Amino acid sequence: MTDEVTPEVAPDVAPDVAPRVETFAAGIVGVKLGTVARQIAPDEPPPLPPNDQLSVIGQPVPRVDGRAKVTGAMRFTVDVAMPGMLHARILRSPLPHARVRRVDSSAAARLPWVRAVIVVARPDDPAHAVLRYVGAPVAAVAAVSPGAAEEALRLIHVDYAPQPFIADMDAARAPGAPSVHDAISLPAGHPSGWPAPQDLPVAGNVRGPAISGRGDIATGFAQAEVIVEGEYRTEVQTHCCLEPHAIVADWRADGLTVHMSTQFTAGVRAELAEAFNLPLSRVRVVVGGMGGGFGSKSSLGTYGYLAVALSRAAGLPVRLVLDREEEQTDAGNRPATWQTVRIGARRDGTLTALSVVSYGTAGVAVGAGIGNFAEQTYVCPNFRAMQHDVFINAGPGCAMRGPGNTPGAFALEQAIDDLAERLALDPIALRDRIDASPVRREERRIGAARIGWGQRHAPGADPGPVKRGIGMAQSLWMANVHLNAACAVRIVRDGSVTVMSGIQDIGTGTRTVLAQTVAEVFGLRAEDIVVRIGDTDFPAGPPSYGSRATASITPPARTAAWHVLRQLCSEAARMLNVGADDLIAREGRLIVRDDPARGLALAEVAARLRTEGIGAVAARSDDYGGFRRRMGDAALAQQDLGGVQFAAVAVDTETGIVRVERVVAVQDCGRPINPLLLESQVQGGVLMGLSYALFENRILDQATGRMVNPNLEQYKLAGAADSPEIDVVILENYQGQSATDAYGIAEPANIATAPAIANAVYNAIGVRPRSLPMTPAAILHLLGKSPAGSRVS
Amino acid sequence: MNRFALAHARTIADAAARATTTVADAMTAARSNATRPASLIKAGGIDVLDLMKENLLAPDMLVSLRDVAGLDTITEAPDGGLRIGAMVTLGALAAHDMVRRRYPALAAALAGAASPQIRHVATLGGNLLQRPRCWYFRAAAFHCLRKGGGHCFAISGESQYHAIFDNRPCAIVHPSSAASVLVALDAAIELVDADDTIRRLPLASFFVAPGRDTERENDLRPREILTAILLPPPAAGLCTAYLRQGERSAFDWPLAEVAVALVRNEESLCVHAVIVLGAAAPVPYRAQAAEAALLGRRVDDNAARAAARAAMEGATPLPRNGYKLPLFEALVHRAIMAAVAETL
Ligand SMILES: Cc1cc2nc3c(=O)[nH]c(=O)nc-3n(C[C@H](O)[C@H](O)[C@H](O)COP(=O)(O)OP(=O)(O)OC[C@H]3O[C@@H](n4cnc5c(N)ncnc54)[C@H](O)[C@@H]3O)c2cc1C
Ligand code: SF4
Repeated sequence: MTDEVTPEVAPDVAPDVAPRVETFAAGIVGVKLGTVARQIAPDEPPPLPPNDQLSVIGQPVPRVDGRAKVTGAMRFTVDVAMPGMLHARILRSPLPHARVRRVDSSAAARLPWVRAVIVVARPDDPAHAVLRYVGAPVAAVAAVSPGAAEEALRLIHVDYAPQPFIADMDAARAPGAPSVHDAISLPAGHPSGWPAPQDLPVAGNVRGPAISGRGDIATGFAQAEVIVEGEYRTEVQTHCCLEPHAIVADWRADGLTVHMSTQFTAGVRAELAEAFNLPLSRVRVVVGGMGGGFGSKSSLGTYGYLAVALSRAAGLPVRLVLDREEEQTDAGNRPATWQTVRIGARRDGTLTALSVVSYGTAGVAVGAGIGNFAEQTYVCPNFRAMQHDVFINAGPGCAMRGPGNTPGAFALEQAIDDLAERLALDPIALRDRIDASPVRREERRIGAARIGWGQRHAPGADPGPVKRGIGMAQSLWMANVHLNAACAVRIVRDGSVTVMSGIQDIGTGTRTVLAQTVAEVFGLRAEDIVVRIGDTDFPAGPPSYGSRATASITPPARTAAWHVLRQLCSEAARMLNVGADDLIAREGRLIVRDDPARGLALAEVAARLRTEGIGAVAARSDDYGGFRRRMGDAALAQQDLGGVQFAAVAVDTETGIVRVERVVAVQDCGRPINPLLLESQVQGGVLMGLSYALFENRILDQATGRMVNPNLEQYKLAGAADSPEIDVVILENYQGQSATDAYGIAEPANIATAPAIANAVYNAIGVRPRSLPMTPAAILHLLGKSPAGSRVS
Repeated sequence: MNRFALAHARTIADAAARATTTVADAMTAARSNATRPASLIKAGGIDVLDLMKENLLAPDMLVSLRDVAGLDTITEAPDGGLRIGAMVTLGALAAHDMVRRRYPALAAALAGAASPQIRHVATLGGNLLQRPRCWYFRAAAFHCLRKGGGHCFAISGESQYHAIFDNRPCAIVHPSSAASVLVALDAAIELVDADDTIRRLPLASFFVAPGRDTERENDLRPREILTAILLPPPAAGLCTAYLRQGERSAFDWPLAEVAVALVRNEESLCVHAVIVLGAAAPVPYRAQAAEAALLGRRVDDNAARAAARAAMEGATPLPRNGYKLPLFEALVHRAIMAAVAETL
């Protein structure tokens, strides 16, 4: 602990101090709250009591940057302007598959307002000579204005040799289909996709199967008294961040500064250091306000690399912002899936076998699996998943809010409902039997009561063309933690407190949550805390993906704050002539526990500091009680996250319109730090899930491989008028696993929505919507009302 | 988007003299005279700027009608009808008291179109003259028939939002929601050229089907300004309805829309029936078989259903838009019932 310095390492623990045992609250508030004893390191703060005993954590504190956002004061990456800044544009492939024979950029380079040109698709470079989707980068230009850059692109002459291509997953799987990849271009498994194993067999455009399993699937089906089987399809969904991908790169002799809309400042810094062969310390990544990422802004990306390379070439800052078409075609997507689910069960509902065979495609890459939803959610001794990635000539996928599990749940949760019907069991009763999670059991109970499950009637019972139905579905997601996550806290002589970390707030409320965590320690209000984040000059922060930001950053924030408080207390103890341990922080003062009238304002103590301020840095320690699994910087907490959602829908059987009237979302996340933000996250998850269920679809013209709806007009997102009433219930579920015991919520809240809606539609009309999106065309087709021979997208 | 000059015309003749071309001509290489600078009319600008942003259109000048006096007013005509200036916004028209009272179907059509932001600037004239939304047409990469190319990409391609009637050789649907109702209400339009010559014609005959010309949707001529839309007074006993169905509840294009205008005599028999389908064909589509099914009959649920079935006679759906048949059938039935319910 040093003055004014924010080193990147956690303070060393004095080796002579032994770990201590503390008692933590454990269990679900309102159901069963007990305690658990945990051995913790000596430099960990004391257990944080349940929220009802706290004053800032657990309170619905409004977003600290909410006002700045709604008044337009918030600065986003696109708002960054620098003297001499150039504007970059990317020339993109007009063809779905082509070999580049020649690129002539000399005319563009000769324009006086063009300062740098980079050719990506170089004919002499086997790794880059072939373009595999419409929108693949060919070259990039930096010029004095966006219009000038656009004009320069038109002067780059490219000689394309078109190759056969394939833009449909089913056709791509057929023998003899044109090959998307060659041996060099075959991408590795995407680390954030599922499955990601190495060395999978490749046959034509299909890679896999990646096989996971337990028990013996054949025996399991032999033991079954009832077997249900179904095929399910989901379509490609794009991220549609309100704020596009944007970067301003400033290459200078003494180092590189990059302003970027990113979900992971520290990760982008590492990528840049490696790509440009720079010491980490000479690379700085900064992000201010952010308008979402949903997984698509997790890494540097080709566009990011190009902006930096252009800045280096031009010797000036370069700004590159993707337009909506680029967002839709080359900024990642959630892959489509085709899944066959087969479940065997005994008459009492006990599962004997569960098998899923999946094929999925994003485009040229990858990670198009179904996650671990089927594998982990229900008790079943015999399980097998065979997952395949299919390549087509379209833009690559990347992680998107609950990757794998979201399409996985769409299929499995309908199959479970199918099984319930076959067994003449209520869907909730069946899940009570086969789901071992006590958390989801409680969530089902709460949700059922709130949606009015008891009033649920048989399909088609309503008179008239509009049929109503109620359905439910469950969520499962890993409680992820990032260990390379640190936070600095500092108090200065006027008593003001700052918290600093490289972590970014992508719109989830990280600033607010950090302010609350630190304020709780000092007995201050959230608005008293200055939050400085989104800059790699601060201690490295975790990524804001995998629902791990709050779980990773709030414990070190509290720990660092607690270290600062302890030092302040020693100072105050001398002034008050009491023991440091007798002091507690409350309402901006350090007071004597047994004599609250005695005390000093924080500022009074801080004024006596020998130097301008004191600070402490803490890193994320291991979960108390250990992790289930650890992979490098990432770790999995012992327990999974649950979540159960219920949907009430109205289906017009004459027009095919599905209206979601109400959603009840019951969600756990360990300790809720801010119910207001959590509610907003869950609402966002529900809306994204509803949009996935009813509207979204990347539509590729099969004759040209081009997306016909690369905008937000024909690529349909749910709007305000489509939003149901959303009833959010947040469970308080303590485990005593870290200094804050908080875990994620963003992804779990997205997983159950589409299957809950699908199950509700089934309950309304008695026909199962096995494909997404459930457009009027799809519903009318399902009801057998469209003329023979009609196809749905 | 290209650089262009923006001019504000003061009079109709001034605007007409400066509007050297129509959007349709400007977008068809063969027709546009590349050597001569092209200037186009801008009303609300929603459509014309969209086309420019997509690099489908690069005029040298836009001539704004904003400052031309008298184009944005709604006045009662001597015969009791309504004269609606071409520059009246969709929002203003939908909120207009007389429109809501006398032509509720028109108000309903406008109130449901696009989004509040768009309705606030989009004009009725621009709405009738906007170009189609076919996604191939709207992407510069597809040089299709309607842009002077040799091929329709939609008929064999992604046709889910396309026409089910008269869809050869081009399968667009007419984009204007106002048009369907206005045709049902037997509206006329007034066009004025640079010499102040006035041309009046029924709106229905202004539209151009692909069979006649695939490169334009209407008969607007260069140097011609649409000045007004003229509504006849509502016939005694006229009852109307407009229904639309989009995928989303707002900010979306209709998958199907139906405008109905009926008159029944004292014996409750239908003596006048106009049923117009929007989002069904390249021009607003008169469902004449449905109209015939109603004429001379009592308009009850059975008759409405029979008419709805008849409305789909002759449909030639494409592989991906067969769903529009049951959808239209439902809407026609409901619109007929809504129209007669209104006057019960
Ligand atoms: C997301 C979205 C959803 C939409 N949904 C609907 C919908 O549901 N229903 C619907 O009907 N529309 C819908 N629209 C279209 C919108 O209503 C039209 O684009 C708008 O009405 C055009 O009017 P404007 O005044 O902006 O026309 P402009 O863009 O200014 O002009 C359109 C064309 O007409 C010409 N022009 C305009 N006025 C005159 C005149 N007086 N004389 C001669 N030429 C003229 C211009 O040169 C131009 O070519 C939607 C649009 C969007 C973006
Ligand atoms: S429907 Fe008409 S506008 Fe669309 S692609 Fe075919 S020819 Fe072009």
